[in-house]
Amino acid sequence: MKRSKTMEFGVGLFMLAGILGLVFLGLRVSGMTLSAPSDTFRLEANFANIGSLKPRARVTMAGVTVGRVEAIELDTEWYDARVVLSLNSELAGQLSQDTTAAILTAGLLGEQYIGLSVGGAPEVLAEGDVIRDTQSALVLEELIQQFVSNMVTN
Amino acid sequence: MQSNVKHAISHVAQLGRKGCDALESLGRAGVFLAQSAVGVPSREGWSLWLRQVHFVGVLSLAIVLVSGLFIGMVLALQGYTILVDFGAEQALGQMVALSLLRELAPVVAALLFAGRAGSALTAEIGLMKATEQLTSMEMIGVDPLRRVVAPRLWAGFISLPILTVGFSVVGIWGGYLVGVEWLGVFEGSYWSNMQASVSFVNDIGNGIIKSLVFAVVVTWIAVFQGYDLVPTSEGISRATTRTVVYSSLAVLGLDFVLTAVMFGGL
Repeated sequence: MKRSKTMEFGVGLFMLAGILGLVFLGLRVSGMTLSAPSDTFRLEANFANIGSLKPRARVTMAGVTVGRVEAIELDTEWYDARVVLSLNSELAGQLSQDTTAAILTAGLLGEQYIGLSVGGAPEVLAEGDVIRDTQSALVLEELIQQFVSNMVTN
Repeated sequence: MQSNVKHAISHVAQLGRKGCDALESLGRAGVFLAQSAVGVPSREGWSLWLRQVHFVGVLSLAIVLVSGLFIGMVLALQGYTILVDFGAEQALGQMVALSLLRELAPVVAALLFAGRAGSALTAEIGLMKATEQLTSMEMIGVDPLRRVVAPRLWAGFISLPILTVGFSVVGIWGGYLVGVEWLGVFEGSYWSNMQASVSFVNDIGNGIIKSLVFAVVVTWIAVFQGYDLVPTSEGISRATTRTVVYSSLAVLGLDFVLTAVMFGGL
């Protein structure tokens, strides 16, 4: 009887450890927060070239992460890339109409992310609006090509 | 000339017999799994099941956790020496966490589980068969599938995913020990890069699905090999070897298929 009690205790601890491990993985490793996912504020932006931007990439403002890239698709009307951004809901109605979006690179070879900077127009962007003023990704090969052709012509 | 043809025909026939045997054994294994997995632990079967979880899960914890610690540590060490060439050692946490959660934890835990628990299950059930305990159970009207096999199957299904989670946690901690404490990667970037790149559903969830699949396959092979062996001492030793070989191969093969389905599109 006593032996079976310690065994039961051991199995209980084992299961508890499994659940705690899963909680650790969720909170500490994947960075989930316990609060329910807050409402998001969606914007779109069209870029001539997105480089190697991926869905789930960061969207930052002054270096602070304010959202994520939700989806990337080809706009067949203009043949450029339509990027859907989902931003924190507290930014809804805060960004001016002439906000600019640029695709930036973290470090020389790092991942690409989107940096937003606010303009000065009095009108604000509403849910689903399109950011007009965008700056494409810096493609290293194009840059090198430009440099080389400049060298040749000089 | 005549005898040559006869010889060739007998070879072909032997091949056919082997194919039929393999197919039949696969079918038997399928029926066996379906019949015994129905025996979900009931109230009276609870203590049987508990004993098996203790044997299969709790007692495997030590080897799984120690392996996880060392694999996490060596991943951090190797990853650091590669990443530091690109000046990207901040991505160490991301590398350690993703390789553990997606691949190493499910696969290595399943391989260890096959060696530690699977072989023991085969030998135990095989000895029960060799000493005619299973037949005697049937004689007194107890179904050995429900009494012996089902608790072991369900114990395996439950234990391996828990062991896999433990493996990942300890491995990530081992990576932290080597990467941050020893090699001097900045602690904040170790965790924040990890949190930015690991998704709960895609990485942790898929890893657990993998380990569930491996749990079913490894326990199934182990228990079936024990139940289906030739009841001699040689038969038991062969079945135990087959358990480890078959389940390792099945785990590695299925891992490729599952990875292609889960992460092939990423």
